[in-house]
Amino acid sequence: MDILNALTAFANFILVPGLAYGSQLALGALGVTLVFGVLRFSNFAHGDTMAFGTAFVIMFTWWFQSMGISFGPLPTALLALPFGIAVTAAFVLGTDRVVYRFYRQQKAKPIILVIVSTGVMFVMNGLVRILIGTSERNFADGERMLLNPQDWKAWTGLAEPLAIKTTAVVSIVVAVLSVALLFWFLQKTRTGKSMRAYSDNEDLALLSGINPDKVVAVTWVLAAALATICGTLYGLDKSFRITVYFGLLMPIFAAAIVGGLGSPLGAIVGGFVIAFSELIITSAWKKIGSYLLPDSWLGDGLYQALSTDYKVAVSFAILIIVLLFKPTGIYGAK
Amino acid sequence: MAEPFLIGEAMTGGYGPVDILHSCTIAVEKGEIAVIVGPNGAGKSTAMKAVFGMLNLRQGAVRLGGEDITKLSPQARVRKGMGFVPQTSNIFTSMTVEENLEMGAFIRSDDTIAQTMEQVYDLFPILREKRHQPAGQLSGGQRQQVAVGRALMTQPRVLMLDEPTAGVSPIVMDELFDRIIEIARTGISILMVEQNARQALEIADKGYVLVQGSNRFTDTGKALLADPEVRKSFLGG
Amino acid sequence: MTRYRNLWLFAGVALLFVATGAMLSWNLSLQILNLALLSAIMAVGVNIQWGYAGLFSTGVVGSVALGGLAVVLVSGKPVPAGWEAGGPRVLSALLFAALAVALAVWLYRKLQAGPKRSLALVLFGVIAFFIYRGLLDPAVMAIEANNPSQAGHIGGLGLNSLLAWPFGALLAAGAAWLIGKVALGLRADYLAIATLGIAEIIIAVMRNEDWLDRGVKNLIDIPRPWPVPKEVDLQASPAFLDPMLAMGLDPVTGSSIFVKLIYAGLFGIVLVALIWLTERALNSPWGRTIRAIRDNEISAAAMGKDVKFRHLQIFIIGSAVVGLAGAMMTSMDGQLTPPSYLPLRFTFLIWVMVIVGGSGNNWGAVLGGLLIGWLYLAVEFLGPQAMEYITAGLPSGPVKDHLRESAAHMRLLSLGVVLLLVLRFAPRGLIPEK
Repeated sequence: MDILNALTAFANFILVPGLAYGSQLALGALGVTLVFGVLRFSNFAHGDTMAFGTAFVIMFTWWFQSMGISFGPLPTALLALPFGIAVTAAFVLGTDRVVYRFYRQQKAKPIILVIVSTGVMFVMNGLVRILIGTSERNFADGERMLLNPQDWKAWTGLAEPLAIKTTAVVSIVVAVLSVALLFWFLQKTRTGKSMRAYSDNEDLALLSGINPDKVVAVTWVLAAALATICGTLYGLDKSFRITVYFGLLMPIFAAAIVGGLGSPLGAIVGGFVIAFSELIITSAWKKIGSYLLPDSWLGDGLYQALSTDYKVAVSFAILIIVLLFKPTGIYGAK
Repeated sequence: MAEPFLIGEAMTGGYGPVDILHSCTIAVEKGEIAVIVGPNGAGKSTAMKAVFGMLNLRQGAVRLGGEDITKLSPQARVRKGMGFVPQTSNIFTSMTVEENLEMGAFIRSDDTIAQTMEQVYDLFPILREKRHQPAGQLSGGQRQQVAVGRALMTQPRVLMLDEPTAGVSPIVMDELFDRIIEIARTGISILMVEQNARQALEIADKGYVLVQGSNRFTDTGKALLADPEVRKSFLGG
Repeated sequence: MTRYRNLWLFAGVALLFVATGAMLSWNLSLQILNLALLSAIMAVGVNIQWGYAGLFSTGVVGSVALGGLAVVLVSGKPVPAGWEAGGPRVLSALLFAALAVALAVWLYRKLQAGPKRSLALVLFGVIAFFIYRGLLDPAVMAIEANNPSQAGHIGGLGLNSLLAWPFGALLAAGAAWLIGKVALGLRADYLAIATLGIAEIIIAVMRNEDWLDRGVKNLIDIPRPWPVPKEVDLQASPAFLDPMLAMGLDPVTGSSIFVKLIYAGLFGIVLVALIWLTERALNSPWGRTIRAIRDNEISAAAMGKDVKFRHLQIFIIGSAVVGLAGAMMTSMDGQLTPPSYLPLRFTFLIWVMVIVGGSGNNWGAVLGGLLIGWLYLAVEFLGPQAMEYITAGLPSGPVKDHLRESAAHMRLLSLGVVLLLVLRFAPRGLIPEK
């Protein structure tokens, strides 16, 4: 019984949040890795693209709510998602046209594109602030809890209540659907295959008659969609705040590099590696331990390796380990 | 005599301000094999790239089937029926053999792609066996087969190969040359650059010996092999 | 011709400061000037990294913050009770951590590669980490329990603030060494990403480790550096008051301007010395090697130059210069406020300065620092006022509030637009590299 209670506590504090957060990071890292694979630079504007997309999703959500449209027990934001994606994709394509395309034609060094992307980051950051401000926004509606802790207690008779937030499950389900769709697109469609071919060997792709402009445009649309979905899911699960989204860059980059920049599968694995490491290291294990060990053994510590203020240190440490021992990441080829 | 099917005539040019090619002429007839040989740095690959449009020509012209294609980009030449197999990085390593072939047929929109793929598999049976393996996991010789197969997928009228046997064993080389002869028999012209001059000239209908970006000797493969001067200077006696 | 062009550019920037002083207030103008001078020094540091070696770091703010921390540790007021409560124990915990890392490196080299080694090292790391926490935590609790409303930290050495400046450079150099060791020699993107991370960690430490610097409770009353008097002392000193009154100036404003002028002089001296040093270095054989590496890494490596080592050197030197400026800034402010270390202000703004000024040219970096510094800060001070003026005719309500709020955000947007425009249309900047 105690083991079951401990497992429930583990699910509460580590497993469910980890799956949700891991799904979100995986989507973010996928966007970064796609842009890296095709355009060959680390896009520092990705965090703010997420914020930009989420800001529009929030505004569409408000509009829908004001018209009385809702999605039943699910968050209205899911209905607003396609509209947010459309606006973000349009903006990102515009950015490519007026900013990135020039450097691509110049065959500029990747680092120049990295710097340019920080310029784009500023612009998007400023726009989001003007649009929606810097304060925290909560836009999750619908049913708050998918699994009510009281119900769980009643069913199982366990002391530890299991609480599963709707937004956590929404995160996981939407992420699984998005990833399945993305992989189907990359593996099975002609355009998707041409994207992979271009990412694998640009010169040969050109020789094969693959249109680079189309590949780049599709990549940006996918990156915008992934960023908006990732940002919206994160915002639903926690809350939306522009400065937090800039902070998500670090775990997302770490996830993409752990998996191997340019590898979609690696991005997903990396996302979960980072999410679970972060939770395992910054969670207080006392509650879980209290079911397994006598109280007198535990003392009054929280059994927390690092405070949550140092979340970023976890992704950073993992990044450093990967850079030291396998800079190409788990699935990196070159 | 009518003009050859593909001809790069009196080509002069280079990558930068310095010319590498000096009035160099390369041509190939329909269904024949033409081989470019010569010492290191003779501009063999450059000559082939010039024919394919990967280099700006200051003088000279390239014509395919009588049509002047000098100004066309390499991509446009692919659409005109030229297939090119680069020396290195000539496959998509992370994609399966079959996907490599599909990408070769990217510009085609007809519904006979599957048929062409069968033809490639008939030519290189090992590829059919490994069709679902990532091409990057294959051996050197098999990779070259994928590379040639990818280029064949466009149903080219001319196939251009840049040192197809670089880095493969002699047995694999012979095998590859046999396949190339087979391809030529189907009516596809072959233009290739080769380091293994003797073996290449043996299968060549026409041979070009280049030295410092100019034509030194031009004759049939047999004649060149028999020419004592060519033997002495370029074939190691 | 270009010589005169550059002079005109500097004269133009000088005019901006004079105009600010004459039209608004000299106090404001000097305040902006001092911050702009500090930004110019930071820009010189970033320019060393980017202009000399093509290294893109997104962690400039981390070096600035470490400089600030150095001031707190070297010249902050001592807190004997706090130190006695746990100072030595904290030191021993840190020493233990350093030893443990060294031992881990030694073990890594000594043991045979394989899963067993990885497992052993992970286990070692976990155990060492908990011993470290066991050593550190009680000491931290004891220190923070000491007079938490006013102290709660270990305190500084109480030395002159000038001594803290080189220490700030040293701290930043140390962090740069660590990060450079790992991230240099890989793709250039990795340095950008790794520096982003280390800067976030440095700032997280400064915000959360109250025992070190009081964290977000801020640390005030850091003594002034040696030659700079306090305004209140000046106002009480007849030697200052008499000439002031004789000239008919308000002693309060006068003292404030006088202090700022001394700071400006100090910063100016440091800046000029730095430029002299960097120019000398750039034209030495060392500088030529560095530029050869930047222009063609592969051929430089083929000629036997140790590219990674040179990059590490440059990265450390550049970070040290930024750390120096960070220390100078905290020493001028007289307080450490960790929440004010924003990447936008101290990383990306400095980048805009370098790129607008002219990458690879020290004078360009200085010009960019002064010009963009003026623009950014003047807008910070004047923007809300201007928006107030613009919106004066509007009825009060959400629209007006929103517009007034947006004024602050416009700065980010314009900064981004300026960066993109300069990169696109004038990538060599105002004063291009020779």
